[in-house]
Amino acid sequence: MSDILPTGSAAIELSHATIGYGDVAIVRDVGLTVAAGEAVAVLGSNGSGKTTLARGLLGLAAVLGGEVRVLGAPVGGLRDPGRVGYVPQRHTISGAVPATVREVVSVGRLARLGLLRRLGRADRAAVTDAVAAVGLADRLEDPVASLSGGQQRRVLVARALAAEPELLIMDEPTAGVDAANQEALATVLTRISATGTTLVVVTHETAPLAGVLHRAVVVDHGRVAYDGPLEQAAAHEEPGMHHHPPDREPSGYRQDQPTVTTRARRPSDEER
Amino acid sequence: MDILDYDFMQRALLASLMVGLVAPAVGVFLVQRRLSLLGDGLGHVALTGVAVGVLTATSPVWTALVAAILGAVLIELVRARGRTSGDVALAVLFYGGIAGGVVLLSLAPRGQATNLDSYLFGAITTTSPQDVAVFAGISVVVLAAVALLGQRLYAVSDDEEYARAVGLPVLGLNIVLAALVASTVVLSMRVVGLLLISALMIVPSAIAQLLARSFKQTVGLACVVGLVVSVSGTTTSFYAGTPSGGTIVLLAIALFLLVSAGVAVRDRTARRRHRRRVDVHDAHPHEHGEECGHPPVPHGDHVDYDHDGHRHAPHRTGEGTHYDEHGAGPVGAPPSRRTG
Repeated sequence: MSDILPTGSAAIELSHATIGYGDVAIVRDVGLTVAAGEAVAVLGSNGSGKTTLARGLLGLAAVLGGEVRVLGAPVGGLRDPGRVGYVPQRHTISGAVPATVREVVSVGRLARLGLLRRLGRADRAAVTDAVAAVGLADRLEDPVASLSGGQQRRVLVARALAAEPELLIMDEPTAGVDAANQEALATVLTRISATGTTLVVVTHETAPLAGVLHRAVVVDHGRVAYDGPLEQAAAHEEPGMHHHPPDREPSGYRQDQPTVTTRARRPSDEER
Repeated sequence: MDILDYDFMQRALLASLMVGLVAPAVGVFLVQRRLSLLGDGLGHVALTGVAVGVLTATSPVWTALVAAILGAVLIELVRARGRTSGDVALAVLFYGGIAGGVVLLSLAPRGQATNLDSYLFGAITTTSPQDVAVFAGISVVVLAAVALLGQRLYAVSDDEEYARAVGLPVLGLNIVLAALVASTVVLSMRVVGLLLISALMIVPSAIAQLLARSFKQTVGLACVVGLVVSVSGTTTSFYAGTPSGGTIVLLAIALFLLVSAGVAVRDRTARRRHRRRVDVHDAHPHEHGEECGHPPVPHGDHVDYDHDGHRHAPHRTGEGTHYDEHGAGPVGAPPSRRTG
């Protein structure tokens, strides 16, 4: 599949990709191509495998079969650090030791610099800009622990932005964030999308970022159930998300999927 | 000072100075990683190295260093492979280390085996000039590594998963950190003993993190605390005739309790002051908004309202809205650091 595609134009290429943890497959036989500069929503209910799909792109879940290429290189191999940004699905920053907003966000920039290089003037400017972009410029030197939960989520967004990544993968960036902050996030994402950054946003609610994301990939039971314009995704998403659609009654579902898989994937998908 | 009249005390103070500086510089990363007991475990492993040194009549410091670093690398490899069995594997390695040490030492020629206590609890006055040279070498290497790689080590200790996702060499950095811990263990062996090493890595960091605002501050403060308790503990032990390791650790813990109490009192006063201020404005007649007449002052992610020269920030809680004071100064003064 990837042979046909001109290399360099695709940010993400999955062909017959099976992704999971240990030897438990959660996402199975998925083919997906995301062109550079696209803004894609990955939708699906809890346990559908959408987070695992994203983690597979990041090398945090194992590619058990098929091929996963990110920015032209197979996942798991050596990759230029700092080209991929990541906002994990986490509501707070809970380091044991105090750290300032600047210190946490600087980590994002650090990834670009190899093993020994220190943050230079341009790097420090990128860190300040990233913090300003999420509206926390006046909190730069404050300990992150003194920030509210919503503000801490924005710090994690700034950390990813500071790397000025080519591909930004976000896991539930709007969950537990109030409307004003969701709007602010949409503004930031619109801006970086306009600069050509490829966006992959794992989410279960499309409304807050509907202005940014144009394409939707709906994951259901570890497979791509829909891939197309975001506006039409809802029809594919809503009924199937929380109940089994008629053609996926539990009986038929169990045949092609060992029960251990269903049991194993729920916690692993939700806890990360 | 008559304590400096003795050569062995000069060496002891030098050793305690180095240990006090180096152990917390490494320990802060362990605390951040929630691996506080790694130093303890590597201390156990180092004992086997000591025993090998005693048996083969080589310097125990070197054999302990080799054993502790091997143990450190092994631990990181086990951790990288999987979490579930890692815990048990660590326990096996740690207890294997101390058991191996005890058994091997018992095989040593008579008279040698009685040294066990000095390795477990420290024997700072036995520090030889060669030891001081080796310790100085270890100190320089560890401090240089922390200065050079500190930001990366912080990144990996803070959020290992993120570090891996963005392509930092996580396993390599973890092994470096573990090797630094192993080196520190050996450095601290004479001063505080293998059983108390962890305390000197962790307690100064625990004190510093109560007071510091940033990671960098925490590292600096922890080193200062470590230096002070280590040198003063060694001095105290000289005059009181107590073991240096235990004296240093008790001093550190006393300081920790003192600072904890101080911080608790400070926080309680701050809370009471906050409540008093809130009470005054609990019955604020209107909710601030665009038409209320009080000039709005943008403040980070929200808007304060200038109210007779101090700023009101609406704070919505389950019970309703009250107003927090965000900086009592005149409008235009730098915003207060406090959160509402």
